[in-house]
Amino acid sequence: MKRFWAFVRKEFFHIFRDKQTLLILFGMPIAQMLIFGFVISNEIRDVGIAILDQSNDVATQQLTDKILSSGYFLLEDKLSNSDEIEEVFRRGKVKEVIVFEPQFEQNLVRTGKANVQIIADASDANLANLISAYTNGIIQDYVNQKNVLIPKPMQIIPEVRMVYNEQLKGSFMFVPGIMALILMLISAMMTSISIVREKEMGTMEILLASPLKPFQIIVGKVVSYIVLAFTNAVTILLLGNFVFGVPIQGSVILLLLECILYIILALSLGILISSITDNQQVAMMISGFALMLPVILLSGFIFPIENMPIILQWVCQLMPAKWFIIIIKNIMLKGVGFGYVWKETLILIGMTILFLSISLKKFKIRLD
Amino acid sequence: MRTILHLLQKEFLQIFRNRMMLPIIFIMPLLQLIILVNAATMEMKNLNIFIVDQDLSVTSRLLVDRFSASPFFRISNWSTSLDEADETMERGKTDIILNIPGNFERDLVQENRAEVQLLVNAINGTVAGIGYSYAASIIGGFNREIITKWYQLPKNVVTLQSISAKPSFWYNPELNYKVFMVPAVLAILITVIGIFLSGLNIVREKELGTIEQINVTPIRKYQFIFGKLVPFLIIGLVELGFGLTIGKILFNIPINGSLFVLFTTASIYLITILGIGLLISTLASTLQQSIFISYFLIMVFMMMSGLFTSVETMPNWAQTINIINPIAYFMKLVRTILLKGSGFRDIYQDIAALVIYGITILSLATWRYRKTV
Repeated sequence: MKRFWAFVRKEFFHIFRDKQTLLILFGMPIAQMLIFGFVISNEIRDVGIAILDQSNDVATQQLTDKILSSGYFLLEDKLSNSDEIEEVFRRGKVKEVIVFEPQFEQNLVRTGKANVQIIADASDANLANLISAYTNGIIQDYVNQKNVLIPKPMQIIPEVRMVYNEQLKGSFMFVPGIMALILMLISAMMTSISIVREKEMGTMEILLASPLKPFQIIVGKVVSYIVLAFTNAVTILLLGNFVFGVPIQGSVILLLLECILYIILALSLGILISSITDNQQVAMMISGFALMLPVILLSGFIFPIENMPIILQWVCQLMPAKWFIIIIKNIMLKGVGFGYVWKETLILIGMTILFLSISLKKFKIRLD
Repeated sequence: MRTILHLLQKEFLQIFRNRMMLPIIFIMPLLQLIILVNAATMEMKNLNIFIVDQDLSVTSRLLVDRFSASPFFRISNWSTSLDEADETMERGKTDIILNIPGNFERDLVQENRAEVQLLVNAINGTVAGIGYSYAASIIGGFNREIITKWYQLPKNVVTLQSISAKPSFWYNPELNYKVFMVPAVLAILITVIGIFLSGLNIVREKELGTIEQINVTPIRKYQFIFGKLVPFLIIGLVELGFGLTIGKILFNIPINGSLFVLFTTASIYLITILGIGLLISTLASTLQQSIFISYFLIMVFMMMSGLFTSVETMPNWAQTINIINPIAYFMKLVRTILLKGSGFRDIYQDIAALVIYGITILSLATWRYRKTV
C-alpha cells in the first residue's frame, strides 16, 4: 500500500511540475465557458444589409429608417438595380438585400397592400433565417403602428410558460454540455497519453518490473486524473452557478457522484485507447480527434438529438456524453432525485465496466 | 534542392509506415464528415406535444386537430389531467403541453376571449422558442379561421393596410443545413489534421532524440521547416479533395466556385495552420504540452469561427479577436467559394490577410527552431 501511494505521489509530481499543461487544463473549461457565455449567441447586431428602393417615397424612407435604427442592421450599400444584388453578395459584406417594389406607398394607401422582398444570403443558413425573421418583424411592427387597432372579436389568447428556464437562457444548455465535453476529453486524453508515453519512452518496462501490480499501476495513474477532472467539474459548476445563473435544484451530492462516475467512465475509455496503441501521436489522434466532434455534435449538446435521422439517433445512444447530459440536466434544472436518473446511471456504469474489461483483456503484463 | 527532396522522402516514409496513422488521417475524418453533417441540423420536427383537453368541446377538438395535422408536432399523449402531463414532462417525454381549460368554448363565444396554456420545456432555450412560435402560429391561424366562420366580418370595415414581406434565400433556397455544414465540417477536419500532425511532429523528434541527428547535419533551418510543411500540406489537400467528392456524391453540395480558387485558398490556409502547428511544436518540450496547447487553440478558434453560430451574432470585441483566428477566415472563404462562387476579385482581402498571417507564423516558426542546443 505504501508503494502504491508513493506511485500516486509520483504521478502528481508529473502533472504539477508541467506548469504549461496544468495552466491549459484549468484554463480550458474557463475559456470555453466564457466563449459560450459571452460570444456565442443567437442575437444579431450590425449585420450588413443593402437596400434596393425602387419607389423612394415617404413610406419606404420611414421603413428604411426604422430598420436601420433597430440596431440589428447596418447599411452597407444602396443599390439602384437588381443586377447588383449578386455582386454585393459575392463580395460578402452584405448579408441581406431589402427590395421595395415601385410605387410602394401608393400601393399601400390605395389597395392596402404593398410588397417588400427580403433577399438573404443563405450560404449561412442560420443567419439568413434569423435576419429575415428580424426584418419581417420590424416591417410588421411598422404596419401595426400605422393601423388603428380595431378590436377583434373572439380572441384565443395563448398564455405561455417556459418551464425550467423562464428566461430562455442559453447557459442552461451549454453548462451541462461543456461539462460533458471537458471531462470526457481531459480524462480520456490525459490517461491514454500518459500511459502510452510510459510505453513509448520505455519507462513502462521499469514500472512493470517493479513490485507494483499492473492493476495498481493503472489505478495509481488514474487517481491523479480523477482529482484533476473533479476540480474541473467543480469549477464549471461554480462558474455556471455564480456567473451564468444556472441553478442546482437537485441534490449536490448526487450531482457530484454522477460527475465522478462519468470521469471514471472517461478514464476507462482512456485506458482502453492506451491498450490499443503504443504511439502517443496515435493515442492523441484517437482521443482528441475521434472524441471531440462526436461529443459536441452527437450528445445533444448543441443540436437536439430528436431532429436527427433515426440511424444517427441510434449512434447517439452509444455516446456516454448523451446520457451524462441527461442526468445532469435532470438533477440541476429539474431538481429530480435518483429515481428519475437511475436508468441513465446504470447505462454509464455498464459502459464503464465494458471499457474496463476490454482493456484488462488487452493489457499486456509481459514485455514483447 | 536535393536535401529538401530527401527530407520529404523521409517524412512521407515516416507517415506511411505507421499503420495506425493512415486510417486515422484518411478514413476517420471522412467518416466523421458523413456522420456529423447529418447531425448538425436545427430543423425542428416531431416535437412531442401533450394535449390536456379539459373542455372536450367541438372547438377544442378542432384546435387539437390543427396540431395533429402539423408536421412539427407529434401528439404523444392525450389526457384530461394536467398533473399527468407535468409528470411526463419531468421524465423528459414531453416537449410542450397544450392545456385547454374547461369552459374554453363557452368563454370564447360568450366573453369573446378564451385562454389556452402552453407549457414549454425550456431547458433548450432555442428549441423552446421555436416550438412556442410554431404553436402560437397554429393557434393564431385557427383563431382567424373561426372568426371568419362564426362571425362573418362586416363587409364595409376599412381594410387594414398590410405589407407582405416575402423572404427568398439565395444560394441555398431551402435553407438546407447540409449544404452549409459540409464545407464547415470539412474546414474543421483539415484544420484538426493539419495542426495535430504538424504540432506533434517536431516535438516528437525532440522527445525521441532524433532531432539531434538532424541538428548535426548541414540541413538549413528553412529546409527543415519546408520539409516538414510540404507532406502535411499535400495530405491536407488530398483530404479536402476526398471530402469534396464525398460532399458532392452524398450530400449533393453545390460547387459553384472554381476549384482552382478553392485549392489555392486552401493551400494558403493550410500553410498558415501548419505554421501554427510547427510553432507550437518548436515551443513545447514534451508531446503532452504540444497536444494540450494545440487542442486548446483548436477549441477556441473553432467555437469562434462561425461553425455553429454566425460570426455576425457575436459581440464586436469577439469579432475583433477573430482577426487572429485563421479558422474564421477559412470558414468564410470556403462557404463563399463553394456556395456563392466568389472569385479572387471578391475575396482578395481575406486571402491577403491569410497570406500575411502565414508568412508571419512561418518566419516565427523558423526563427524559433534552434539547431543549437
